[in-house]
Amino acid sequence: MTARLFCCLAALVTLVSCSGGTPPAELPRRGAGAPAYGDALVVGTIGEPSNLIPLLASDSASHDVAGNVFNGLVKYDKNLELVGDLAESWQVSPDGLTITFRLRKGVKWHDGTEFTSRDALYTYRVTIDPKTPTAYAEDFKQVKSAEAPDRYTFRVTYGKPFAPALASWGAGILPAHLLEGKDITKSPLSRHPVGTGPYRFKEWIAGQKVVLEAFPDYFEGRPYIDRFVYRIIPDTSTMYLELKAGGLDMMGLTPVQYARQTDTPDFLARFNKFRYPASAYTYLGYNLRNPLFADRRVRQAIACAINKDEIVHGVLLGLGQVAHGPFKPGTWPYNPSVRDFGYDPARAKALLAEAGWHAVGPDGILTKDGKPFSFTIFTNQGNDQRLKTAQIIQRRLAKVGIEVKIRVLEWASLLTNFIDKRNFDALIMGWTIPQDPDIFDVWHSSKTGPKELNFIGFKNAEVDRLIEEGRSTFDQEKRRRCYWRIQEILAQEQPYTFLFVPDALPVVNARFRGIEPAPAGIMHNIIRWYVPKEEQVH
Amino acid sequence: MITYLAKRLIMMVPLLLGITLISFVVIRLAPGEPVEAMTAMSPKITAETRQRLREFYGLDKPLHVQYATWLKQVATLDFGRSFAPDNRPVTDKIKERIPVTISLNVIALILEFGLAIPIGIFAATHRDTLYDKGITIFVFLGFAVPTFWLALLLMYFFGVKLGWLPISGLHSLGSETLSPMAWFVDLAKHLILPVSVATFGSLAGLSRYMRSTMLEVIRQDYITTARAKGLTERAVIYRHALRNALLPVITLLGFSLPGLIGGSVIFETIFAIPGMGQLFYQGVMGRDYPLVMGILVIGAFLTLVGNLLADLCYAMADPRIRHGRG
Repeated sequence: MTARLFCCLAALVTLVSCSGGTPPAELPRRGAGAPAYGDALVVGTIGEPSNLIPLLASDSASHDVAGNVFNGLVKYDKNLELVGDLAESWQVSPDGLTITFRLRKGVKWHDGTEFTSRDALYTYRVTIDPKTPTAYAEDFKQVKSAEAPDRYTFRVTYGKPFAPALASWGAGILPAHLLEGKDITKSPLSRHPVGTGPYRFKEWIAGQKVVLEAFPDYFEGRPYIDRFVYRIIPDTSTMYLELKAGGLDMMGLTPVQYARQTDTPDFLARFNKFRYPASAYTYLGYNLRNPLFADRRVRQAIACAINKDEIVHGVLLGLGQVAHGPFKPGTWPYNPSVRDFGYDPARAKALLAEAGWHAVGPDGILTKDGKPFSFTIFTNQGNDQRLKTAQIIQRRLAKVGIEVKIRVLEWASLLTNFIDKRNFDALIMGWTIPQDPDIFDVWHSSKTGPKELNFIGFKNAEVDRLIEEGRSTFDQEKRRRCYWRIQEILAQEQPYTFLFVPDALPVVNARFRGIEPAPAGIMHNIIRWYVPKEEQVH
Repeated sequence: MITYLAKRLIMMVPLLLGITLISFVVIRLAPGEPVEAMTAMSPKITAETRQRLREFYGLDKPLHVQYATWLKQVATLDFGRSFAPDNRPVTDKIKERIPVTISLNVIALILEFGLAIPIGIFAATHRDTLYDKGITIFVFLGFAVPTFWLALLLMYFFGVKLGWLPISGLHSLGSETLSPMAWFVDLAKHLILPVSVATFGSLAGLSRYMRSTMLEVIRQDYITTARAKGLTERAVIYRHALRNALLPVITLLGFSLPGLIGGSVIFETIFAIPGMGQLFYQGVMGRDYPLVMGILVIGAFLTLVGNLLADLCYAMADPRIRHGRG
């Protein structure tokens, strides 16, 4: 399976590289040029940020901008390992209950005030304040006590060891001297943020753009690129035309744009294309309360009947990979030896027969106790990839005698009327994969209640135990064993049929140098990007 | 005339109230809540957090209490704070967007009427000629061609291929450093494509309307009389026929008033123009009740005022209306 997938990908890369007569643009083709300060990076954003205090926003546009303005105590480095950000180092007590952060000295807020432990303490307090309308209080609520014994030490104590806790301190730290004692929901900082990050806020013209400028006193050094401009362009086709016309320096391409529309010599001379697995997967999830899917063999049969390679090629034009579990391929929680079910329609038929679905009706549909095997796949409107996936699955399942209907619904309606009410047969949806592998909310049996995320109703005592064990230790090796085993169980149980992990396909104007593609993507070293003096345009 | 006006104005109050009540109920019938839009499918949200957010926005209270609170607020011309995470006053958000939409629509409106009237007159006076048929085809193309397709085509041709015009937005990067004249030219360049697309789309309806009213007037007896008197064709058309043919077209202007602030979602989205259409769409999608209600109330008010103005025009032209005879 891996070999086949690899061959397909290799073939596709060769194909891409042959058409147009130019090599695939994975690395800059221009000379390096000398690093120089100046120029601006203009990026397109589909949505307008809503609130630049990261605590109060839940949309990605806000977090993208705020991510350059604020720092957390910790961050993920280019290899997706947790490292210090505003904290120089940290220590977890032997019982796993207390984390002591040693903070960096001499870090300046954008208004010149020094960053201290008071800011970390304030951020913690305002986050758990019941009056703060935030979506990020949960992890912080596990904290039993927080204290700032001196200006550069911040200590938190938990009721029980909680592994995702460390990553939760990557949340943007807010300036206590500007916010303490004030109503954060009405703070001017939501439109004029003051942070410690590499870029400081310059202006926000509603509906048009947000401009950041390099912060000369940034503790990791002044960024080379002087300005960071987010242009709000709600339509992806317009964004693509703007990119081609030179109005944008960077955007994420769709598979069609990446594979078919950008392979001209002219485009490749002006832009560098990048490609790496995105932190997301798409799945077919079954409502396990439905008697139709109660038998594990039926779910396994459906997995065997689906040709995942075909979906990756048909829907993503090969720009992605087959998924076998809920973790990102190539990261430590991902178990590379786990393969769920390859495409095998004969085995699918055999499994279905074992489960009692033999008799074929006049229409070629399998029946059991007089009932035909027919179900509906729900998915949300506006996601063409999911609809196409559903159609491919529909055709493949028809070949083994299962009738599939497809229903596409507006997001809120799908959520309220079907998912929340558990009134569905199967769903095609996606999850983003968080950096920390704790999957408690989606897979633990205690999360099957109303509006909770284990909406398929998956209950498995061993998985429950492993999830609890995985989140209660900071020992990565122990955690790895838990998540590898979970992945094995899920691959056998098939509560979801994991379909694919798409590739992120960013493209950046070739005048930008210093970009280092890594497991974390390309933005991790943004302050080291530069444009040689002679190529600067802004 | 004063009594007529007063009567109409008093009638507007219950009408406006009715509209707000229906809008208030209808928007809440849509599945999903603002809190859902913000928190759905997020592993970080517990039922408790959701409840806290509902209380923060006052969504835990019964519907009639929410409506009463809202109505009280609106009575003081305060539309409340947006449910979006920015939590800004709705009035601020609308104020930010309305100048763009109004200016764009006014320019488009002037162009539409400025072009549609002569096209309509010419088509009427040259009825069934090759010119009339050509114009018919042209304006119906405008009817039939989807806005987004035409927009993308023009953007590709003038923006990417020729590089003459900017593709989207209202200003170039760094336009704030330009001289006032250069700044204005930059803005004008950005407006060419959107205004052309907006105008082209509605040219068809208006010019056909102008053509048909003109044809109707030309067939009247007094036009025949004018011609019989030996007036030149020019004088007959422009002095006698045009004024009467224009009346219904001018009334249409009154009806265009609410449209001026409405904006178009498709069109503003494609050209990345931060107008009211986009704002309203975002509001509906995020179930931002105060914002949606704010825009609806302003829209409803302007529709009523537009209707009133149109009726006043009629009343001024036709005394039978203002005296209640018909």
